[in-house]
Amino acid sequence: MRTPPSDGARRLGRTTTRRAAEAVVRAIIHVCGWLAIVILAAIAIFLAWNSVRAFGEAGLGTMLSGTAWYPTSDPGKFGMLPLILGSLFVTGVALAVSVPVGVAAAVFISEFSGPGVKDVMKSIIEFMAAVPSVVYGLIGVAVVIPLVKDVFALNSGMTALTGGIVLGVMSLPTVISISEDALHAVPFDLRQGSAALGNTRWQTTFKVTVPAAGSGIFAAVMLGLGRAIGETMAVLMLTGNAAVMPTTVLESVRTMTGTIAAEMGEVVQGGLHYSVLFAVGLVLFAITFTINLAADLVLERQRKRWRR
Amino acid sequence: MVNALLLERDGTLAYTAGAVVADDAVDVATREDATAAVRGTFSLSGVSVAYGRDRVIEGVGMEIPARSVTALIGPSGCGKSTLLRCLNRMNDEIGNVHVDGRITLDGADIMGKAMDPVELRMRVGQVFQRPNPFPMSIYDNIAYGPRTQGIRRKSELDLLVEESLRGAALWDEVKKSLKKHAFELSGGQQQRLCIARALATKPEVILMDEPASALDPISTQQIEDTIAELKDSVTIVIVTHNMQQAARISNQTAFMLRESLEEPAHLVEMGDTKKMFTNPDDSRTESYITGRFG
Amino acid sequence: MSGMSRTRRARRSEAVARAVTGLAAVSVVSVALFVLAYIVYHGIGAIDWTFLTDVPRDRGREGGILPVIVGTLWVVATTAGLTLPIGILAGIYLSEYAPRTFTTRAIRLAITNMAGVPSIVYGLFGLAAFVLLAGFGRSIIASALTLTCMTLPVVITATEEALRQIPQDLRQASLALGATRLRTIYKVVLPAAAPGIITGSILGLARAAGETAPILFTGAVFQMRKLPDGLSSRFMSLPYHIYAQVTSVPGWSPTLVWGTALVLVAGVSVVSVVAALWRSAQRRRVKW
Repeated sequence: MRTPPSDGARRLGRTTTRRAAEAVVRAIIHVCGWLAIVILAAIAIFLAWNSVRAFGEAGLGTMLSGTAWYPTSDPGKFGMLPLILGSLFVTGVALAVSVPVGVAAAVFISEFSGPGVKDVMKSIIEFMAAVPSVVYGLIGVAVVIPLVKDVFALNSGMTALTGGIVLGVMSLPTVISISEDALHAVPFDLRQGSAALGNTRWQTTFKVTVPAAGSGIFAAVMLGLGRAIGETMAVLMLTGNAAVMPTTVLESVRTMTGTIAAEMGEVVQGGLHYSVLFAVGLVLFAITFTINLAADLVLERQRKRWRR
Repeated sequence: MVNALLLERDGTLAYTAGAVVADDAVDVATREDATAAVRGTFSLSGVSVAYGRDRVIEGVGMEIPARSVTALIGPSGCGKSTLLRCLNRMNDEIGNVHVDGRITLDGADIMGKAMDPVELRMRVGQVFQRPNPFPMSIYDNIAYGPRTQGIRRKSELDLLVEESLRGAALWDEVKKSLKKHAFELSGGQQQRLCIARALATKPEVILMDEPASALDPISTQQIEDTIAELKDSVTIVIVTHNMQQAARISNQTAFMLRESLEEPAHLVEMGDTKKMFTNPDDSRTESYITGRFG
Repeated sequence: MSGMSRTRRARRSEAVARAVTGLAAVSVVSVALFVLAYIVYHGIGAIDWTFLTDVPRDRGREGGILPVIVGTLWVVATTAGLTLPIGILAGIYLSEYAPRTFTTRAIRLAITNMAGVPSIVYGLFGLAAFVLLAGFGRSIIASALTLTCMTLPVVITATEEALRQIPQDLRQASLALGATRLRTIYKVVLPAAAPGIITGSILGLARAAGETAPILFTGAVFQMRKLPDGLSSRFMSLPYHIYAQVTSVPGWSPTLVWGTALVLVAGVSVVSVVAALWRSAQRRRVKW
């Protein structure tokens, strides 16, 4: 039963071409790894570059403190305060809606529900997160605007409140999932210890788990805030877009995001108004960057705490 | 150019370690003195290993003869696995590890610039403590090494797979189901699959790091039987904390010890297994073997 | 005696807590179901073969949404073609090659931050960088590049997490057989992580399909004479079609607009659900 010798010419050494090819692929991989920093920096640079004209002619300080936004008048007035306040009002309402409901729901999912309920809730939240913002806006137009108009007897239902309510709903998935992660990360031992002392589920949750997850929940709120400030389409459809200084949430407001979206279509490329819109974008970027950085540092600290 | 040979033994195909082809067109690492030592011989002198600033092994020198089983024994933490990993330079994959001293395989310095660690690992295989088959079919697991070496022809691969499975005493159990997913095998079978996988690259040496410690007694026995069969054709270096196992299957035994955490581990004694277990030179060896510590 | 009332108080506050948090959860579910039901109820009437194959007429008040669907597919496909290779390679870098240094931490921070940048800011960036500086003009490619920047964090994160799930043993086994790191990734780790990577990426791309702000100034148009014929062409898009009608077309047709919304949401949901189910099926086959 003699079989012919196998003539496998084993290439033990790596050919120079093969090594070169591997080096190239490795280089590409490294470049892609660094791309995130490059893109983020690029965003900041492009925004700043295009805002230079606005800073020069309209002045950053003047823009940030000015209360009159008449970009199309001659000469244009570029006071961003109405826009900033508009964003704040809408975001404030959004947080008032999403934080209590979101954190409470997260507590329910994490502490009081069984595995079947958990899965269902997670799927539902995934669904909510996947619905595009224009569709939320559409629902707001159809349902919330008439509702607000009737309940508060206004001339128009397009108010900061309307936008805030819908935005709050849109931010719920973010707040809930990150809070739930934070609660879930609290080690079982802590809960067990509390239960062994005779505490009920709620007492454990309230006295031990929630405080332990505190920073994570805080981060969830911040990220929800960031989401709300950055939302564009829904607020455009719901808040009325009056670029004036608001006094109550029942008025029409204009957000920073809405301004950029609404006016960019009509500006002269390279002109002052164009540059000011980029400046608004830069302010937005700075705000969300700070919020995200803070949230990330908080989350990182929480992760380090629970790492065994 | 010597090719891999198949030997007839009792009418069945048996595994044989093949020699290696050096393709002229290929940029192969030069071997300093390749013809001098018998294939599969390790020689260590003054080997030390440090993780960062922590020296874990110091001044190890030993000769590992070819075509035999050398056992590394010693209490937990004495550096046996670390030393083992030096032999196929797997320590390179862990960051911040520093290896000093000289280790030669068949006379060639394995840590020299001329030795490609990737190539070294084709000559020095490894079987791990827990079976770790790839999430692929049995066939693809075994063909992985040869395919990496550039072998593409189905006929060759088929042959290699069969050879390797026979060498690991697994062929009869799986020959009808080579396309089966490796995870469907039992623990003992998976470990023998890993041995077959290591055999497929026709290595000169196979390193085994406590290969049977995660297995039941029957599988352990099968592994030990396989090792006994293989040692005529492959050098085997096995780390084990099971002294009876070392006494059963090895030709020579090396005893390592780390006496305190402030001092690195070192080689206490090494010699013929029978002698080591009946009449060792060093009293510490005797203490360990008789179970007074470890 | 006081012990008993304490327990009773504890049990009562427990019941209250369960009720309150349960109520919150129920509200969330109700809102979600309401949203779903509303879209389906108002949109289903528009869905028929004509709607899906006809072109819009009278500024969307009549007709169908074929070019809108086609435009959306063009842009999403192009985005996928850009995001997947770059994102997966970046994920490989983070999981397999990146050293534990401050710069790697900075990269991760950058990725999380990218995920938090407002979509309209991406629109501005896309306008400045791709439409103007790179000279692509308002086009599918400019919008796709913008959406790629937005979707990269999702793909990178999905890839890295999926790769991390693969046990180290497998990599060790491959290296010990004389494979390079690269080959180990390509032949062993990546195939094993594929389900997680693909599903995560699909979810991210589905969300990108619904984004309006990044494509507003980078290539989306409300009306177009013919279907897109290349990457440099403008395009119509489902989310923009909805937005444009609601905000600038007086007397917009609720049926048709809700129909459009339903097509968009259904498309996104179906794709996401299928991807998630596929991943569960794959996970059941191979348990780590």
